[in-house]
Amino acid sequence: MNAPRRNARRIVRDIAHARAGDKGNTSNVNVWAYDAADFDLLKKILTAERIKQTFPYLIRGKVERYEMPELHGLNFVMHDALEGGVNASLNLDSHGKSWSYLFLGLELDGADQES
Amino acid sequence: MVTFRIGTGAGFSSDRLDPAVDLVERGKLDAVVLECLGERTVAFAHRDRMADPARGYNSHLERRMRALLPACRKAGTVMITNMGAANPRAAALRTQAIARELDLKGLKVACIEGDDVSALLPANQPFMDEPGTLADIDMPVVGMNAYLGAEAITPALKAGADVIIGGRLADPSMFLAPLAHRFGWDATDMPRMGAGTLVGHLLECGMQVTGGYFADPGVKDVSNLARCGYPIAEVQSDGSAIITKLGGTGGCVSTQTVKEQLLYEVHDPARYLTPDVTADFSRVAIAAAGEDRVKVSNAGGSKRPDMLKVTVGFDGGFQGEAGVSYAGPAAQERGHLAAEIVVERMARVHGVKSDLRADLIGVSSLFATAGIHAADAQDVRLHVTLRSRAKEHAELMLWEVESLLCCGPAGGGGYRGAITPCVMTKSVLIARERIEPTLDILTA
Repeated sequence: MNAPRRNARRIVRDIAHARAGDKGNTSNVNVWAYDAADFDLLKKILTAERIKQTFPYLIRGKVERYEMPELHGLNFVMHDALEGGVNASLNLDSHGKSWSYLFLGLELDGADQES
Repeated sequence: MVTFRIGTGAGFSSDRLDPAVDLVERGKLDAVVLECLGERTVAFAHRDRMADPARGYNSHLERRMRALLPACRKAGTVMITNMGAANPRAAALRTQAIARELDLKGLKVACIEGDDVSALLPANQPFMDEPGTLADIDMPVVGMNAYLGAEAITPALKAGADVIIGGRLADPSMFLAPLAHRFGWDATDMPRMGAGTLVGHLLECGMQVTGGYFADPGVKDVSNLARCGYPIAEVQSDGSAIITKLGGTGGCVSTQTVKEQLLYEVHDPARYLTPDVTADFSRVAIAAAGEDRVKVSNAGGSKRPDMLKVTVGFDGGFQGEAGVSYAGPAAQERGHLAAEIVVERMARVHGVKSDLRADLIGVSSLFATAGIHAADAQDVRLHVTLRSRAKEHAELMLWEVESLLCCGPAGGGGYRGAITPCVMTKSVLIARERIEPTLDILTA
């Protein structure tokens, strides 16, 4: 269903869908494998550590990951991750509605993890 | 087998009206819920009420009531809403007057109050989930509202109200209350409270479960999103439900839309706190049950929290936003130069130390702090935001950005600027026994 784009590395969006929500200065992003067979890969590549390390200036607090094994989903809770939250952030997207695409844009082989 | 049909007629303060009319007219609903309050919405409503004591309720209430009340009466659908915001009594009085104008004789409008706890909390009340107290905030308080649960709504249902209007009624509680009332669920039956809360949680954001906030062309295609339908839940007495929508409307209900909404704004899926229950969504089953039909079941629940959440709103001053665009060769370089000029002049010429941020839309704005930049943008917009207690600071910033047209880099055009009021909110807790919701019935 989700064929890799030509001349591009495969990204999380090729195998999963996601939604972002906010409460105060905490953001949560839930990520779901389209195909149950990809859930193990999703769990392997989307670790709480990788998320925290990839966006160190954005995510100032801890990252927690909850698993939904029967529905093949992961829920990430990122503390101090909304630039102060909707009350304080001067980001155009002060709710972090677009944060789901931070996850969906990550490469499956982890190449953007280097540093 | 009794099925209770409940739908959403608004999932946020500015949600669409025409699909709500369609839903009530064709949906054969027992109840329709209009969820119109966020933390900041109630703070803005308090500002409105301070400016005019007859205001402070949802600004679309008038149009919504005029469009929906006749349809609700015809269909025998109870409406439950938190459009009362910071002034439920004024909202109920206005609704009663509209019902009389529309000749809806005998329509019973319930007004639920008691969520305003501004007289109950001390100035040094500690925050719910961060260090510090209310006294640390150097801004005027505009209002304090406790989240009321289903037990605040039940008396209005028992009284046979046709329209139930409150202020800070918790989102899922507005769905749980009519379900518990119809099926005779006891408030201590925690699995049922969890199940009804799941239905409320899935429906409270309206179209977010029927294809809104979802479409991603190529991987998640949604048909006819412009005419998306609001959701309906067909709920059974055991708490399981089918999530669906009206035939002929746009959007989609799929296991994917339901999954995304299941954990929307949820942290630990096993512990979702509401005034009614500690709901457990960790083992929820989601199964396709036909076209645009998804069955949800197996929510759990345990003891409700002893403390209720209170949103405290503060007057946050003003936010100014202004922008100028650059296109073609070296658009990014010219945009960066423009940003430097504004930042320097605000600090050095005007001595303004307010929070200021300059983004280059097209290069990096939403993901700027995440460190993600586009390399080859040739059509960029400088976007400057400033927040301050002093409106003058925002006005100066707008002036500086506009002055770039003549005094800034080459080829800058398309200046726009606007100043809007700001609010700030914090969360605190209050013991539930200190809250006493009240009910008043106004008859048209």
